[in-house]
Amino acid sequence: MRQLKRLICLLLAGVLTLWTGIGTVGAQQGTIKVMYTDPLSGPFAQVGDQNLQQFKYILDYINGRGGAVGRKFELVSFDNKSQPSEALLALKSATDQNMPVIMQCSGSNIAAALIEGVDKHNERNPNNRIVYVNCGAVATELTNEKCSYWHFRMDAHVGMKAETMVRALPKDVTKVYLLNQDYLFGQSVQHDVKAFLAKLRPDVKVVGDELIPLGKVKDFSPYITKIKAAGAQALLTGNWGPDMTLLIKSGMDSGLDIRYYTMYAHLGGGATAIGPAGNGKVRSVMAFHENIAVETGKTDTEGWTKQFRSSHDFDFYAAGFRTIFEFLQAAMNKAGSADPVKFAAALEGLTITDMLGHQVTMRKADHQILSEYFVGVFSKGVKYDSEKTGLGWKTETTVLPKDLDQPNTCNMKRPS
Amino acid sequence: MEVLLVSLLNGLVYGMLLFMLASGLTLIFSMMGVLNFAHASMYMLGAYFAYSVSRVIGFWPALVLAPILCGALGALIEMYALRRVHRNGHIAELLFTVGLAFIIEKGVQMAWGLLAVPYRVPPVLDRALFHIYGSNFHAYRGFMLLISVLMFVAIWLLLTRTRIGLVIQAALTHPEMVGALGHNVPRVFTIVFAGGSVLAGLAGVIGGNYLVTEPSMAATMGPIVFVVVVFGGLGSLAGCFIASLIMGLVQTFAVVVDVSFADLLARLGIQVTASTPLAEVLTIPLPRVGALLPYLMLILVLLIKPRGLMGTRDT
Amino acid sequence: MSSGAIGTAARPVAAPGPGGLLRRQWPWLAALAVAVVVPWVAFDWSTGRHSGFAVSMLSQIGIMIVFALSYNMLMGQAGLLSFGHAVFLGLGGYVTAHVITASKNGVPLPLELTPLVGGLGGLAFAVVLGYFATKQRATAFAMITLGIGELVTSCALMFKTFFGGEGGVSTNRMTGHSLFGLAYAAPIQVYYLIVAWTALSVVAMLLLTRTPLGRMANACRDNFERAQFVGYDPAMVRFFQFALSGAFAGIAGALYTLTYEIVTYDTVAGPLSANALLMTYIGGVGVFAGPVVGAVLIVLLQSWVSLLSNSWLVYAGVLFILMVTFAPMGLTGLVMMHQPIWRSGRMGRLVGPYLRLLVPGLLVVMGFVLVVELCSFLTIGAAQGKSLTLGKLTVDPRSAAPWLVAGALLVGGGAWLRLAARSFAAAWHAVTEHVKAAGAQA
Repeated sequence: MRQLKRLICLLLAGVLTLWTGIGTVGAQQGTIKVMYTDPLSGPFAQVGDQNLQQFKYILDYINGRGGAVGRKFELVSFDNKSQPSEALLALKSATDQNMPVIMQCSGSNIAAALIEGVDKHNERNPNNRIVYVNCGAVATELTNEKCSYWHFRMDAHVGMKAETMVRALPKDVTKVYLLNQDYLFGQSVQHDVKAFLAKLRPDVKVVGDELIPLGKVKDFSPYITKIKAAGAQALLTGNWGPDMTLLIKSGMDSGLDIRYYTMYAHLGGGATAIGPAGNGKVRSVMAFHENIAVETGKTDTEGWTKQFRSSHDFDFYAAGFRTIFEFLQAAMNKAGSADPVKFAAALEGLTITDMLGHQVTMRKADHQILSEYFVGVFSKGVKYDSEKTGLGWKTETTVLPKDLDQPNTCNMKRPS
Repeated sequence: MEVLLVSLLNGLVYGMLLFMLASGLTLIFSMMGVLNFAHASMYMLGAYFAYSVSRVIGFWPALVLAPILCGALGALIEMYALRRVHRNGHIAELLFTVGLAFIIEKGVQMAWGLLAVPYRVPPVLDRALFHIYGSNFHAYRGFMLLISVLMFVAIWLLLTRTRIGLVIQAALTHPEMVGALGHNVPRVFTIVFAGGSVLAGLAGVIGGNYLVTEPSMAATMGPIVFVVVVFGGLGSLAGCFIASLIMGLVQTFAVVVDVSFADLLARLGIQVTASTPLAEVLTIPLPRVGALLPYLMLILVLLIKPRGLMGTRDT
Repeated sequence: MSSGAIGTAARPVAAPGPGGLLRRQWPWLAALAVAVVVPWVAFDWSTGRHSGFAVSMLSQIGIMIVFALSYNMLMGQAGLLSFGHAVFLGLGGYVTAHVITASKNGVPLPLELTPLVGGLGGLAFAVVLGYFATKQRATAFAMITLGIGELVTSCALMFKTFFGGEGGVSTNRMTGHSLFGLAYAAPIQVYYLIVAWTALSVVAMLLLTRTPLGRMANACRDNFERAQFVGYDPAMVRFFQFALSGAFAGIAGALYTLTYEIVTYDTVAGPLSANALLMTYIGGVGVFAGPVVGAVLIVLLQSWVSLLSNSWLVYAGVLFILMVTFAPMGLTGLVMMHQPIWRSGRMGRLVGPYLRLLVPGLLVVMGFVLVVELCSFLTIGAAQGKSLTLGKLTVDPRSAAPWLVAGALLVGGGAWLRLAARSFAAAWHAVTEHVKAAGAQA
């Protein structure tokens, strides 16, 4: 027993030496390393997996156009297993290797941990700073109460998505039902949608307002009964995963004649789960879908996304991630360096033209991106279908960046 | 009245779905005392097998083939692995099934990919069966109801009218005595485990296209099925049936009853405002916590009756 | 250092006093020395700083050691299987986070004493929840803890005032109050604080096993009916053991807060409770130091192996299955089986058989890993743009060669292993016979 314990401890020591010997090679020259952390194993593995595939394609394009400051981008992935403590470990690994950027797309609880972690690290280690690029954690508070100079959010937050959803409601819809997941994100959707309804569509009446425990409801038929009894014409929900697909399936099975407004139906697996029965009924708030380029005549963008389709079996829903790297490219080139302190200063306030021809800005006050947003409806007769179902997304409403320039409460502490 | 009838129907269907899943687990749990964490994984495999088979032959042959495949897999697992672990105690068996669940989940991810697969309801059942107060009652839900009732009747007849069934019943409560009487108890164990897997697979075939077929479906269905089984009690199939129905009805009715503690207190004359301590807890309406009620009920029942509602034996 | 489950040999009375203490407890002291020295092994001399990754991982090991030991107070010592133990770690962490934030704004609590706060928080919640849970035992107890775990997790998501919602509760450990005047900006300082508190907790829990409560808990585990005749109410014994176990889990939670400075709902959720079970069981429930070994192994597996492969869950699953089938007493239990042989000085006879077992064993492991990685790459990894590399060698999963190699390793290695295992079993049998014959007590 004693010998074995000793052996284990010695092994541990030896192994760590070996590892750190390999790992601590400074990355000053060579590629610009970006640490990317998301779930790559366990129940949410497909999130990280699909993002990685899309990032690979995007980086091939960006590096093909010279990368930034004469160097190519390189993505280093780290599985955070949906746990904030693992994401913080990713941060430590990134700073050990002097990486300039850490990127994360899924989970506002992980994003909150990373914002705090990055802030404290940068404060305590002024010679080894790092920038946190948030590619999808959408809780509004991350750029309001919890905002930070080193955090840049590259996706519309809940407030902006809620406004987009409300703007997409047609004039003849006057009764809506809200159903959301009972945690911070769902509660924010509920709160923001009601606020924007009151502001933009005072004629609309909220006939029902539900919160459901996250991931626990398997049978949505009682909720459908209530929705029908309330006489709602549209169902507005921020649900994701089975909470969304089961809700929609249940509604369609019971023949409910209603419009579904969601935030996540366009992500991987959504189209498959909804199926052809959702034709003309299901809508989703999204940054991009493959038919926008067709509708607006952007043939080079269409060609680029078409090539992705030919070698992958899911939609290129995250093509908009290309804008992230175009921002990084522009900021680093403007600052002339990949040093976090320099390019962060160049990144805030920057405006570029994205691949759909819109002017996109990184707002200086709270480091929130201002870009266009769309509401697409799942329908037949579009050029590019989703996940081989024969139906695809068609743009119903476009909201311009300037319309989403919402007030913020960020009290940003800038480094001196 | 309308709400009552519709909710009754909804609760019944949901309860029977739970029973389909829980029946196999209660057999295994009652017989072997093994909390089989891989039961929900068998359910997932049943759905995936049915998806693959139905793409080649069709849904109806898949309804028969997929559960048989699951049963065969269950028999193999029991004969070559679980039997060895049995002598190491209940915790060892539990951990074994946990490890098995990990491996099956990863195996499914590697074989069918990480996304949901398009396993759909067969077109002949994809319509409204009848109309009730303006909304449809989907034919597939009726089919689910039918299969689960048939399942219950079949298991009941098997356990009470056949010889092997009587042996299993006896072994459910007194395994050592049955062994002493000369029955091949290990073989009975294998039959029960395989049978439980068949039931889980069948539940997967039926439930997989009604719900979503994806690699995380085992992890999401697992906990509630355990709650139902333990609530119903060890050694009792009728207990499991009643527990499923109760859970289904409670969860369904909780959604339509819009009451909170604050409302009850208001009737007693106490007003709850934003500054009252625990206001956040008191103002929660029942629908918000509906899906949590099974856990609460489980705790309450176990405190009073540690064997569960109709349990006949301890582990 | 067994807690009575595996037969204690009658030993010569150990020498009293500090010299005797050193001789008896040298493995623990050696482990402590290693814990103090190891971060310096991972020190990067070129940049003059510690490897943040290594220090974080070591801190995590310290936290998990305390957590797993507290879990073993229930499982190994009292025979209570709990599915909701993470609740007390998480709640202790939340309490600590709130207190640290409060201490910045007035209360002059030194940071070194904050784990006490976590411990008190864990104790309080364990008393309240334990009152209900410990009314029952065995399966009913396990299911009640499952229900409690699910309920607390859902509450942590729903209520914002105490739990902070999805974003959790964050705090800053640089409160300015310290007994030693340290600022705790550098993670290495927090690490040494964790080492100190881990050592304290280990000593406390070890001493607890020798109290009447600890012994009664063992008795209730071994023979529930007989233990009642001693005179103590088993429900009270369970209750006290549960409460103390929750207190130590709360200390682990406080250490978590100090390391990560943020507590989110996953610290009370099921997966962390399952982790405790795995760590304790794989390390060995019958030996006090078992959970320590298990914690080290599982943290390494989760944080380090997962860097090398996305299939680490498969390896974890296979490891569990092998352990429960062939070694239910855990790793330390396996080692303890060698104790009588060691004592009679016949270990040397097993070295040869072990070596003969090692080579085919390694081959089988390599073959298995290769198969899993190949499968994973074919279906998942290739699309992600990664390539399968073993050191300098790039392997193409589409060609037949790697598959043939893997197959040969598995099949050939497996056959060789069976032969070697048979001869090893014979050697073991022979040695134990010798030991018994020589009169050394087993």
